[in-house]
Amino acid sequence: MKKEQIPQDPGALDKLTKEVCYAVDESGKYVTALSSGWEVKAAALGVAWEDIEKRISTAKEKAMRKEASPIVFFMELRLMDIGILSSYTGFWKWTIKRHLNYKVFEKLSPEKLRKYAEAFNVSVEELKTMNVHEE
Amino acid sequence: MKNDFTHLQAAHCENGVTTNLLRMAGIEKITEPLAFGIGSGLFYIYIPFLKVNNAPAIAFRNMPGHIFKRTANLLDVSIYRKKFSSKEEAQKALEERLAAGQPVGCQVGVFYLTYFPKEYRFHFNAHNLIVFGKEGDDYLISDPIMESVTKLSSYELERVRFAKGAMAPKGQLYYPKERREVSDDMIKLAIKKGIKRNIRDMLHIPGSFVGVSGIIYTAKKIRKWRDQLGLEKAGLYLAQLVRMQEEIGTGGGGFRYIYGAFLQEAHAFHPYDELMNISKSFTRAGDMWRNAAVQAAGIYRGRLTSQQEFNIMSDYLIEIAAVEKEAFRALAKINWHS
Repeated sequence: MKKEQIPQDPGALDKLTKEVCYAVDESGKYVTALSSGWEVKAAALGVAWEDIEKRISTAKEKAMRKEASPIVFFMELRLMDIGILSSYTGFWKWTIKRHLNYKVFEKLSPEKLRKYAEAFNVSVEELKTMNVHEE
Repeated sequence: MKNDFTHLQAAHCENGVTTNLLRMAGIEKITEPLAFGIGSGLFYIYIPFLKVNNAPAIAFRNMPGHIFKRTANLLDVSIYRKKFSSKEEAQKALEERLAAGQPVGCQVGVFYLTYFPKEYRFHFNAHNLIVFGKEGDDYLISDPIMESVTKLSSYELERVRFAKGAMAPKGQLYYPKERREVSDDMIKLAIKKGIKRNIRDMLHIPGSFVGVSGIIYTAKKIRKWRDQLGLEKAGLYLAQLVRMQEEIGTGGGGFRYIYGAFLQEAHAFHPYDELMNISKSFTRAGDMWRNAAVQAAGIYRGRLTSQQEFNIMSDYLIEIAAVEKEAFRALAKINWHS
């Protein structure tokens, strides 16, 4: 990549910082220059987030219909898989899998609910109702 | 508590932390490309059966932590590195080092990294930054991807140091143990050893997922994605490939260009014409990765939909594998006199 070809497109980072890039100058020597972002990269990130939004809304609908517990919704909302949730809560993975069932969730002890709420950074009330107001 | 410190922006976080910590330990000649090359940072792996954010796990650089470890090792700098089970211990250890004037490298997770934009905050736990002082409750942070220094409150720093999940940082701290004089001859030797190790990593690790063969493996997979996964999921997978390739701050085929820059800098220590020529091959590889990313973007934006377009994408990777294989073979042929 030549120095003049370093992309200067808008990107998710552009309000925060420009990024250092390595490219060659007219004489073929490597130099560094700043880039504000690259549209190809921004679009890739956009695709990832569209997928996440879709997963969140599917999970919410499922939980509303009581086909799954709110934990499924919050896992999508917080981009967590069972492994990550297991390390934040200290529950075994198979325990969490049981809790994804709405009927099992309904009977969870306050202590267990508190642990989930903490891992998801919400209150126990928000955990149960899935009404979260942020940003 | 504020130590004498010069922030350094870099293309990649671990390169930046490594370069800056080694400079402060007295090795003033070290640069980001040298740290990356001596640490044998260039890599490729497609980890089968593992999914990250519901798409394949792919990396374009070696294991987190390796660049610092390998570079320090080859320059004969002994390092301190510690993980903690207790948050209090971890904070105490950090404060003691800062009080002694030692800037400290920290591995952190980005999910709760408050100054990052939301779009980048995934559960990625191998980000690196330097803590160099404290003012009131705020720690002074030098994050290599940022143009200038920033701050994190003690609560915010604790949260990112103790992020959970894969590669959990566990409060990990690291820094060079002592100041050290490093002669040009030592750098020279380290460059040679770093290149040889990188040849091994890219060409000679057995199995089909790693190095140049990993790129071919990915190419073959891509050819089947459209039929196996459907257009939407295939697009998501390709977007993941591009995101890993364009990891924050590696701007376009990133790591390949940094390696090209490394070989040019290596030439100042080992004046072989081959190094300059092989540097051009890595520039070419970087350009080809960028073209492949543009093709991938056509697919994940829904503009390109036919199997033919997936074949073109796959062929790009096959060609890249050939260029990188040839470049590392050429490096292997260099007759090092010193």
